[in-house]
Amino acid sequence: MLMNEIIKRIEARPVCGDVCSLRTDDFEFAFASDLMSDVLRLTYEKTMLVTGLCNVQTIRTAEMAEIKLIIICRGKKCDDQMFKIAKECDICLLETNYSVYRVCGELYSYGIKPLY
Amino acid sequence: MEFLFEIEGANFSVAGNASSTIKRALKQRDVDPAKIKRIVVALFEAEINVVAHADHGTIRVLIEDHQVQMFVKDFGPGIEDVKEAMREGYSTASNSVREMGFGAGMGLPNIKRNADVFEIESIKGLGTNAHIIIYL
Repeated sequence: MLMNEIIKRIEARPVCGDVCSLRTDDFEFAFASDLMSDVLRLTYEKTMLVTGLCNVQTIRTAEMAEIKLIIICRGKKCDDQMFKIAKECDICLLETNYSVYRVCGELYSYGIKPLY
Repeated sequence: MEFLFEIEGANFSVAGNASSTIKRALKQRDVDPAKIKRIVVALFEAEINVVAHADHGTIRVLIEDHQVQMFVKDFGPGIEDVKEAMREGYSTASNSVREMGFGAGMGLPNIKRNADVFEIESIKGLGTNAHIIIYL
């Protein structure tokens, strides 16, 4: 399944990277956190990050943790520095007005698994 | 190969630049991706600690054939109780650090988890020195 369907379901805006061409198979897991040190503990690949934290450290953390898709929730807007680093690191960004909880619920219904 | 970075305290807009540079250098050397992740996560946590707690600091990274050594030195308040600071959840971070997504007391434990060797010494009022080794 293409990510496009999930993007529509969570009413997300692709704001960086070619998210629409990605497949859900590329993301077996999702992890939700606003604490970046918790994100840095992840050892699984094929994981997307769902977060309400919207700053340059969100992107840097994803870079170190090898996360290729971040869903920014609660209507937060990425800034130009975030876009610049995300492009350099080949990280896709989605923005949505939905809460982290609601996004996680939708992802779960599509078969995206929790890590713990 | 040796790298030296000057780290500015409280400047979160550039925090992580040193770790990102090292990640690119390791990728160019075709280091095992799992090792790269351990190295950059440990280094990134250390870099964030300097930015979060110190006035300024330095990071020196030596990439050798058999290991990567990281020397992180900061000029800050120091850690009063290093043993306690190694405990998950212990934190003295300010609210501004927490707003950036850090300061939950996971930094030093994360470094220890990823490092093969992690030595840290701190003098209250002067600063902290950390030495991290990850074998390749």
